Amino acid sequence: MEDLIRYAPDLALGFLENIKLSIVGAITSLILGTILVAMRVSPTPVLRVAGTFYVNVIRNTPLTLVLAFSALGLSDQLGLVFSAEPRINSFWIVAMGLSAYTAAFVCEALRSGINTVPLGQAEAARAIGLTFMQSLRMIILPQAFRAVVAPLGSVMIAMIKNTTVAVAGGFAAESAANMKESFDQVGASIPIFLGIVVAFMAVTLPVGWFTGRLARRLAVAR
Amino acid sequence: MTENGDATPLVQLENVNKHFGSLHVLKDINLTVSRGEVLVVIGPSGGGKSTLCRTINRLETIDGGRIVFDGNVLPAEGKGLARLRSEVGMVFQSFNLFAHKTIRENVTLGPTKVRGIARDAADKRAMELLERVGIASQADKYPAQLSGGQQQRVAIARALAMDPKMILFDEPTSALDPEMVQEVLDVMIGLARDGMTMMVVTHEMGFARRAAHRVVFMADGQIAEENTPDEFFTNAQTDRARDFLSKILTH
Repeated sequence: MEDLIRYAPDLALGFLENIKLSIVGAITSLILGTILVAMRVSPTPVLRVAGTFYVNVIRNTPLTLVLAFSALGLSDQLGLVFSAEPRINSFWIVAMGLSAYTAAFVCEALRSGINTVPLGQAEAARAIGLTFMQSLRMIILPQAFRAVVAPLGSVMIAMIKNTTVAVAGGFAAESAANMKESFDQVGASIPIFLGIVVAFMAVTLPVGWFTGRLARRLAVAR
Repeated sequence: MTENGDATPLVQLENVNKHFGSLHVLKDINLTVSRGEVLVVIGPSGGGKSTLCRTINRLETIDGGRIVFDGNVLPAEGKGLARLRSEVGMVFQSFNLFAHKTIRENVTLGPTKVRGIARDAADKRAMELLERVGIASQADKYPAQLSGGQQQRVAIARALAMDPKMILFDEPTSALDPEMVQEVLDVMIGLARDGMTMMVVTHEMGFARRAAHRVVFMADGQIAEENTPDEFFTNAQTDRARDFLSKILTH
């Protein structure tokens, strides 16, 4: 227990990084995922193929490899640099990799939501003269989002927990990495381990509860 | 016979052909719809009536021939097609009101987003139209809270809000409980009296007799017969039409 107290400030600072990664990841992956799903259902074959290719490649690649590629390939080899400060740079590299990875899952959740919207909704939208993008934005996606709030919650929970592999992308300042460091110094400590588990649950349980409630409130009556 | 003095037909289909895979659903269709005309399309299921109706705003593409609307061949895609669709109202069998929007929003969406009309003006016009179809008191409800007949009347108001040159009705009463059919037909008869150009795919013979200027009988992807309602119902020329009428009118 005293190990936990001794390392608590360190772990808390690390956990704050998990939260920051989660927030950036949630916003960016939702935006990217929406763009991806628009590509996947668009009438333009090139966009459809590109969207499908992206989702199938990224979704089936382990996250640690996506993050390693972001750090080694994109940053070191291709010179993608967000900041001269290594710690800040690696934060954004990981945030980008995590968002790119999670976006594939957001896209697929949304696509299953689009499949719940009856075809007649799209036909009615086209029949009053809305363009493809207008009907997607005003009619199809709003109903699709409402249908998949709960599954999107699961995607977000997975994403929050995935912030603990950030070290694969060269970012070692988050709580799981700090935990490992403390274990190296004082040996494995169950209280430290449980402390981090509880911290994550304190974030992810409300996300699940909130998205579950939201899903019921937003459900579209047909 | 036209009210605004323009003698060219509003819609002209020339040798229109359409296949669904190996099924030839529209076979060399030639048909014109004049301005202000109410055209009723009847015939057995699977005969191509709905498909014909849906080709006019290109919800169904065609494989051959051409369709001219108001002097222009139907645009294939893009902004031109969207503009054409905004000028052709459509009422569906299953209503297809936007499920996540209120009744008022359903009616104002097209005018504000497609036509760029100011929200206030669109709201005012929407309320007038909802008044006309008898749903004004339900304006802030969602579609699922309304009966089928009410939803279909909203769908008609939604089509009218675009000030269309024509409205297509694709079996507008087929999904309704029997007691709600008349309220929808009454609205449609009112529109016909006001001179709206209408193409109506329906099994409602009463509507055809009362409101139609012309009846087109379709079977097996072809127009088998075209006539005035009186002539058609009392003196059908083809065996196919007589057979169809005997099945639906005798009971």
